[in-house]
Amino acid sequence: MSMITLKDIRHSYLPSPVDDVDWALKEMSVEWRDGGAYALLGPSGCGKTTLLNIISGLLSPSEGEVWFGDHNVTNEPADTRNIAQVFQFPVVYDTMTVYDNLAFPLRNRGIDETVIDKRVREIGAMLDLSDTLEKRASGLTADGKQKISLGRGLVREDVNVIMFDEPLTVIDPHLKWVLRSKLKELHQRVGATMIYVTHDQTEALTFADQVVVMHDGTVVQIGTPVELFERPQHTFVGHFIGSPGMNVLPCGIDNGKAIFAGQTIQTVDPISDNRQGCTEIGVRPEFVSFDDDGIPVNVVKSIDIGRFRIVEVRHDEVSIKLLVPEGKDIPADGAFVSFDAAHTRVYIDGWMAGAN
Amino acid sequence: MAMKSTNQKAWFFVLPVVVLVAFNALIPLMTVVNYSVQETFGNNVFFFEGVKWFEDVLHSERFHASLLRQLSFTGIILVIEIPLGVAIALTMPQKGFWVSVCLVLMALPLLIPWNVVGAMWNIFALPDIGLLGRMINGIGIDYNFTQDPTAAWFTTILMDVWHWTSLVVLLAYAGLRSIPEAYYQAAKIDGAGSWAVFRHIQLPKMKRVLTIAILLRFMDSFMIYTEPFVLTGGGPGNATTFLSIDLVKIALGQFDLGPAAAMSLIYFLIVLLLCWVFYTLMMKDEDQ
Amino acid sequence: MKKATWLVPTIYILFLMLPIYWLLNMSFKTTNEILGAFTLWPQDFTFENYMTIFTDPTWYNGYLHSLNYVVINTVISVSAALPAAYAFSRYSFLGDKHLFFWLLTNRMAPPAVFALPFFQLYSAANLFDTPIAVALAHCLFNIPLAVWILEGFMSGVPKELDETAYVDGYSFPRFFVKIFIPTIAAGIGVAAFFCFMFSWVELLLAKTLTSVAAKPIAATMTRTASTSGYELGLLAAAGALTIIPGAFVIYFVRNHIAKGFALGRV
Repeated sequence: MSMITLKDIRHSYLPSPVDDVDWALKEMSVEWRDGGAYALLGPSGCGKTTLLNIISGLLSPSEGEVWFGDHNVTNEPADTRNIAQVFQFPVVYDTMTVYDNLAFPLRNRGIDETVIDKRVREIGAMLDLSDTLEKRASGLTADGKQKISLGRGLVREDVNVIMFDEPLTVIDPHLKWVLRSKLKELHQRVGATMIYVTHDQTEALTFADQVVVMHDGTVVQIGTPVELFERPQHTFVGHFIGSPGMNVLPCGIDNGKAIFAGQTIQTVDPISDNRQGCTEIGVRPEFVSFDDDGIPVNVVKSIDIGRFRIVEVRHDEVSIKLLVPEGKDIPADGAFVSFDAAHTRVYIDGWMAGAN
Repeated sequence: MAMKSTNQKAWFFVLPVVVLVAFNALIPLMTVVNYSVQETFGNNVFFFEGVKWFEDVLHSERFHASLLRQLSFTGIILVIEIPLGVAIALTMPQKGFWVSVCLVLMALPLLIPWNVVGAMWNIFALPDIGLLGRMINGIGIDYNFTQDPTAAWFTTILMDVWHWTSLVVLLAYAGLRSIPEAYYQAAKIDGAGSWAVFRHIQLPKMKRVLTIAILLRFMDSFMIYTEPFVLTGGGPGNATTFLSIDLVKIALGQFDLGPAAAMSLIYFLIVLLLCWVFYTLMMKDEDQ
Repeated sequence: MKKATWLVPTIYILFLMLPIYWLLNMSFKTTNEILGAFTLWPQDFTFENYMTIFTDPTWYNGYLHSLNYVVINTVISVSAALPAAYAFSRYSFLGDKHLFFWLLTNRMAPPAVFALPFFQLYSAANLFDTPIAVALAHCLFNIPLAVWILEGFMSGVPKELDETAYVDGYSFPRFFVKIFIPTIAAGIGVAAFFCFMFSWVELLLAKTLTSVAAKPIAATMTRTASTSGYELGLLAAAGALTIIPGAFVIYFVRNHIAKGFALGRV
């Protein structure tokens, strides 16, 4: 087991990419700590699966290198990299029994049958498959099949990293939670690095210690769930994570201060210079509140979600969302809102100002 | 799979089909049954004969010989065409321009009228003017399919392979294309070699289309008439007289309607029975 | 080894093309050259054989007759099979499984068995020697096939599509024509392709049911070969021309062949 390092990776599915849009994966360098639980989060088509396939060796990157520990594996095929992968749709060998399915990767590597038997029973027990070992794999339900896919990865003792490509897509909602806690438990037991690809923020935030957020072929932020919530590095992260997402409001810059609605807005980091580009204020609905003065707004609508109400207000044409706790009144017309300065940031061309 | 709802009005939907097929199937079938139990001396005078014709046909050596030839022919072409078709489908390009080229060229023999196939192979294999005939004789083998039974069988089988292997290729290819990429990726990670991929992924996933291919090839080769009739006329002697050729010889050549009808029914029942056996065998473990 | 896989399809296609090439080769030769010397390509290149076919009505009418009954058969088979396949894929009704099996058994009926009774049936119905007779007779094996193919495709379409349409206020006929048929267009194409194919290539019944007025091209060929001596060049030209409609149809469905042959659900 070892750390996985991606060095200046770039990938395009076209033979000779010219434009920026031709690259499915734009240049990136990422390190994956040994034994970590990572989630790779982003909308469909952002390059998650491409990145995953580059790590597993199903795809070789157009540029850059992949290192497992101090071993350059860029040109090594998937079967020698000691990785395991669970796909979106369950992949089982229909004609084999569950036992044979689990034994398959070991048999292909010419391992002794007594060793295989021990290993298969051990993993079968770990995944609660002991009762079904002699059954045909094709007869199992979707979650059983996903367990087999996972098991085929786990039987190999030398496995470096287990990758999951949206593995819960076809699982019944009430079983999703069960399977997810099983994964979490296995992570602690096995200790292998796990990378979990998903577009569902709840899945990502509950599974992972570290979440890698991708957008448009780039990694926009790597951080713990708390960091992503508190300090989104990019407006995309702010918007994608949290429900509802962060308010992103167009603003002007004057003398290092953000100007919105003709007023100076207090932000976390002062803006050192008048940088060019599209400037925006980012503030989460959690940190916006009604006030006696501040930005004049009209209340548009409010939705009750239990402990909070999501209120949408409007200043001119700009809509702002805020959370109002239970028991607090929503003022009628002529209301004002203010932002919590400790959680209000300025973004230039989407990226947090003052960062770097 | 979703449950089907019960609706007796659905019969109205199938009515046109039932009427059209029944008109074509039941009336002629009744005619055949009618002939099969009667004796005629012409002039529309018939005598009831019971199961005499059936006994005659079942005990006739001529029928046994044609049936044996038919079974051998069907067996041989299945053993050649199914593996060959699968092998070609496996080696076909998977995307791009060449896929269309391959598919169009391969499908071509399927759409040539059957007697043209026979005539084409006749011209192609004749020892004096045919390319194939010339080539085989050129390498020192004495080859004349109009006189030598072995050569006649070889030519008939080669013609059928030429004519129908593409159907197996197209079906197998369609089956292969419908296998999700993830299966191949998983197999790669599991360290499976190409034989293991074929044995455990491709073959099981092709099962349905291969069942269809085997059934279609079985049925059509068992009913083959036009191509060998045009190519060899059933000869030399009776060497390539398959069931249909023999049947037409008896019915239209000798006008022995009774025996011909009895033979027709026995023939039809054999096809049905063998199809049923094939189908049950191939679907057996599907239900488990 | 990986590099050489293209060899297999290439050799196979060469094998397929050789007899066709030989047929074309013959069709451009004069009778004298065919019988006189063995030549790999026409030495005395001639269009005479083709000219004969295009100027003699007994020849070119054969083509029109064939196309005529093939098209009628395809239209009848597919339009009758559509509602039936829908019923089989969506509803269960009294005797549905037996009916389906009975339909399929007709695909297994050897045409040789039915040749004579068909002759009598269609003579009695006053349809002998009309394109309609051949078109109807070919329904015997084309309708079961069309029902089978279409049922496969329709079972691949989720039932929710029908239900949503009813909720949206579509009447059944309107839903069937406006929504369902476009959804399974590929399946209809494949079914039509198979009907065209089997009707175009079948000869035994077509020959039995016609004499002059509706005689198919393929039958014209056999008769010519026997009556007017050994006119191989003419025979080859006529044969070569029968390949064209098939090639034309394949060209149209070439992009659907790979998926369509999987018959809907695999």
